[in-house]
Amino acid sequence: MQHHRDIPGTPVFDGEFAQRGYALNRMCFSFNDAANRAAFLRDEDAYCDKYGLTPQQRAAVKNRNVLDMIAAGGNVYYLAKLAGIFGLNVQDIGAQQTGMSVEAFKEKLQEAGK
Amino acid sequence: MARIIGGIGTTHVPAIGGAIAKHLENTPYWKPFFDGFNAVHRWLNRERPDVVVVFYNDHGLNFFLDKLPTFAVGAAQEYRHADEGWGLPVSAPYPGDPELSWHIINTLVAAEFDVTMCQEMTVDHAFTIPLSLLWPGAARPVRTIPIAINTVQHPLPSPARCFRLGQVVGAALESYLTNEKIVVLGTGGLSHQLDGTRAGFINKEFDLMCLDKLVNEPEALTCYSPLDIVEQAGSQGVELLNWIAMRGALTGRVSKLHSNYHIPISNTASAVLLLQNEAGAATYRKAG
Repeated sequence: MQHHRDIPGTPVFDGEFAQRGYALNRMCFSFNDAANRAAFLRDEDAYCDKYGLTPQQRAAVKNRNVLDMIAAGGNVYYLAKLAGIFGLNVQDIGAQQTGMSVEAFKEKLQEAGK
Repeated sequence: MARIIGGIGTTHVPAIGGAIAKHLENTPYWKPFFDGFNAVHRWLNRERPDVVVVFYNDHGLNFFLDKLPTFAVGAAQEYRHADEGWGLPVSAPYPGDPELSWHIINTLVAAEFDVTMCQEMTVDHAFTIPLSLLWPGAARPVRTIPIAINTVQHPLPSPARCFRLGQVVGAALESYLTNEKIVVLGTGGLSHQLDGTRAGFINKEFDLMCLDKLVNEPEALTCYSPLDIVEQAGSQGVELLNWIAMRGALTGRVSKLHSNYHIPISNTASAVLLLQNEAGAATYRKAG
């Protein structure tokens, strides 16, 4: 049975990613709590230390780079909780990942309905 | 005997919760979506179901990746919504029906679905938004039973397995010795992708095919693997599994009463599908 498939541009969050991203996703899971979101904003480095992020994960978070966070094992549902802290929604992160402006990304979605 | 009177599939995009909170239902962006629920409201007002069984997926509220069940059934007196971290208003608790939950659990495990049993369970937007769409306003005159399917961390259960899960839940409901009227929901989808350089992917042709097959040929969808669905419907489009489970639970003669398909809502091809189930005309009666 085939467990992997390369689908262009499409992360498949499987056991390999789940292991690699565990610390990052665990930190993002903590952002369900408003006090934890505030603690992250107060001292981002200390908060990343507390959750034991890898250097790759820390750099991706510092750079607010979603594709890098995904490469470091981040799952988009958890990353969305981090994005929410910065007031970014899924159109904003979609635009960032596809290298488009947010307006152009929204336009692309509209076009899909035509 | 309890009766399954119908099944409803609906999108559960978080942004819908924001639109309801800000009363945007009649603005140009949202109206084509919200108007798609008028026919469903009329049907629910006429039929007045007592219980709603909800197939949905948790997005990191109740379950984290430390312990992630493939199938989990709620067996609580009530289910609370909570802060999900992205600014959605928190809904009031939803009443449960533990006795019926345990009947479903007993039936599932007897049929070799070894589910996770949850006496405490928070429910996220994939549960709360569909209920807000079906019963706008605070009063929701139904008891609820959440059944969570893992659509987050691969390997995911196959469409065939989810369909079978639904069939056994349907058999459980129809063998329940009360006069309850029950509606089954499947939430999420349709095609969408939030992550990767293919973010924003939507597949209208595939979605319309699924909406069609769900009515009278659901087995056609059980031929796909989860990765086939990722490829065709986007990495989050696999929430289609919840719809397939819903359809499995409709064990009688099924007919389509209403559907609406609208692109886009947020990053998603949105849809609602209302199916009537005439019990007693069993197509999938056998549990084994």
